[in-house]
Amino acid sequence: MLYFSKLKITLIALFTLFMVMVSSSNFLDLDLDKQKKIKLGLDLQGGSYLLLELDNEPVIKQKLQSKLLEIKDYFKKNKIKILSLKLDDKLIKLKVSKDDVEKISEIFSDKESTINPYYFQYKAHQLDVKINGDVFNLELSKYGIILIKNASLDQAIEIVRKRVDEVGTNEPNILKRGNDRILLELPGLDNPDRIKSLLGKTADLAFRLESESSNESFGTEKLKLIETGEELLLSKRVIISGDNLVDASPRMDSLNNQTVVSFTLDRVGSKRFAQATKRNIGTRLAIVLDGQIISAPVIRDVIAGGSGQISGGFTFQSATDLALLLRSGALPAPLNIIEERTVGPDLGQDSINAGILSLIIGFLLVIGFMTFKYRIFGIIANFTLIINLILLISILTLLEATLTLPGIAGIILTVGMAVDANVLIFERIKEETSKEKNNLIAFDNGYSKSKITILDANITTIIAAIILFIFGSGPVKGFSITLCVGILTTLFSVFFIARLLTSIYVKINKHKEIIIK
Amino acid sequence: MKKDYRFNQYYKSLNVFSIALILLSLIFLIFKGLNYGVDFKGGTLIEIRVETEKPDIEILRSSFNKLNLGKISIKNFGSDNDFVVKFKRDKLNDPEFIENLQRNLSQELTQDFSFRRVENVGPKVSSELLKAGVTAICLSLMAMLIYIWIRFEWQFSVGAIAALFHDVIITLGIFSALSLEINLSIVAAVLTIVGYSMNDTVVIYDRVRENLKKYSDIKIFDLTNLSINETLSRTIITSSTTLLALLSIFLFGGEILKGFSLAMILGVILGTYSSIFIANPLLVFFKVSQKTVLKEDN
Repeated sequence: MLYFSKLKITLIALFTLFMVMVSSSNFLDLDLDKQKKIKLGLDLQGGSYLLLELDNEPVIKQKLQSKLLEIKDYFKKNKIKILSLKLDDKLIKLKVSKDDVEKISEIFSDKESTINPYYFQYKAHQLDVKINGDVFNLELSKYGIILIKNASLDQAIEIVRKRVDEVGTNEPNILKRGNDRILLELPGLDNPDRIKSLLGKTADLAFRLESESSNESFGTEKLKLIETGEELLLSKRVIISGDNLVDASPRMDSLNNQTVVSFTLDRVGSKRFAQATKRNIGTRLAIVLDGQIISAPVIRDVIAGGSGQISGGFTFQSATDLALLLRSGALPAPLNIIEERTVGPDLGQDSINAGILSLIIGFLLVIGFMTFKYRIFGIIANFTLIINLILLISILTLLEATLTLPGIAGIILTVGMAVDANVLIFERIKEETSKEKNNLIAFDNGYSKSKITILDANITTIIAAIILFIFGSGPVKGFSITLCVGILTTLFSVFFIARLLTSIYVKINKHKEIIIK
Repeated sequence: MKKDYRFNQYYKSLNVFSIALILLSLIFLIFKGLNYGVDFKGGTLIEIRVETEKPDIEILRSSFNKLNLGKISIKNFGSDNDFVVKFKRDKLNDPEFIENLQRNLSQELTQDFSFRRVENVGPKVSSELLKAGVTAICLSLMAMLIYIWIRFEWQFSVGAIAALFHDVIITLGIFSALSLEINLSIVAAVLTIVGYSMNDTVVIYDRVRENLKKYSDIKIFDLTNLSINETLSRTIITSSTTLLALLSIFLFGGEILKGFSLAMILGVILGTYSSIFIANPLLVFFKVSQKTVLKEDN
């Protein structure tokens, strides 16, 4: 165990030197583009962490509504008679004549079917079909729902990204979580209120006409005007929606000194807008945002240029926000904030200071204790500990890991526990030297006999750390990473660095009596 | 320096003591329960710093009470100027909530203040976090059981797991008795305690097994005592350095890590104690002998 070839010694030395360089890049500002550094977690650098959940109910309802129409069309085209077809909460109930049941059931279970698509990757249909006499009960299958959720989540992430980018925070981190959640990390942002209010709006914009009677073919509904509270009866027909907008910006209207949002429409939108304004001069045109009317001006003339403006008693800030929302597009469904953690920058700095102070003190206490207890071997253990820390920092750097406050605690804990392996070896050597006169053999035995114990003992901690990594969230994950890496570097430094140093010491003092206190 | 302390003569009395502690902890856990923080209970936590000398907590409390937030709790947090305010909130969706709160509070409170930290955890997330925490602790116990089962004989794995349960239950019992807050970092601490306690037990067990193979004439009662003595220096030194490191976190690591480091300190003390006085008596109880370990090798 004590023999090291020259090659091995060189390799260990080179590796350690390399790691020293890697870890030093955290403290030196070398101005390299690809310089890797440990990132500070939000709890240390300050910032906001938001977990958003997409409320997919309306999306699923809408999907079912359109499925209903699809079925109607499909049956009409294939000349199959429908006795009744209705949507009951999330269940489509389709009643047909008894003779058609078999044929229809074949259509629904056909893997090539367009009406009930088959997803080969999940080996499942979009709809679960249950036949009850002459009634088909159709329900979205588990995977049908997952696909809808995934699609709307992807769409939502895009919109969230656009909105966050428009606000211009530095290096936001936007991640998908499951199939209906978005995790948003905003470093350096100590007041997330503006982002929260921007994300809290679906920004579903529609231009709709006021209706005179409630029996219009598209249906009507009553909506409130935000400013006055006045209720207007509006047609459900959407003339142009947010999708038709190509640009929007806040502007001062010089005529009446109001802040307005001016917008530009795409070609389809311009055409439709021109037609609608031409036909409905004198009618009120309601601009509806998320189910509320922002304003409802009377159409006085044809608007043909493909641009216009929305007024609604905006302040400059609210006009800016609305323009931003319109530019970034509508969310497919409302987003709810289900978790928020914000740390101010001064608390983050305090935490860094406290973390570093306790690391230094903990380190000095352990080093002092080991030197006092083991003298020369204590110094070997301490030197090993320093190398261990350097390795730990460099591996965290190479992984570009995120350092959190519990992560710093993990490093300190590593300092405390890392000496364990050396202690196990030293104690073992102590026993061996009492039996064996030859120093080399005694040391060799000490190392080989304690090897299994050291591995056993450290594997248990690694198991705990891995489980914590899987189930932990946020800062706690940072703790499990440092703990895990810390154990690995401990094993390396004990079995290579400390063993090398011990072997050198023993070879020099081959014939002297070595006493480990 | 040969050590020969008679640990084994305290096996019985300390086991009674441990069982009493476990029962007491269970009574606390069942009847008083744990004091869950916002991570697991949901709600809002605000860390607030008031920029005056010796701010009065009562003024702060009455200011907050005027804001109609329902039942609130205010506690001093570390320094004189820092406080933590906690309350329940039905909906997290009002984006202007914190801004409004800050504005309303500044009307009530004449002193300058700032919000240093805001945490909002919705009911769905908090119940998920709790579930994840409990799953993690159970899984880690199970993983330890399996690991030790593979490495040792079943008597050892029962002994080691009993020691683990002892440490986890009493640590949580103390947290319950003292109404200390249970948050995500405490779960991390408990998992680390599980790892540490196991580590400590494994070292002694390794030695017991080695000695079992070496000496056929020593009874398990004395053999465990011998093994404890042989590994005693290591046990003391490792727990000392770990405790020194933890003490440094507890004293200088800031208020946020207080609960975590306290749980760990308790866990390390309990873990060291249990690997001597719980794990070993169980081997005696199971009448482990040389046969037990040699059987495996064939």
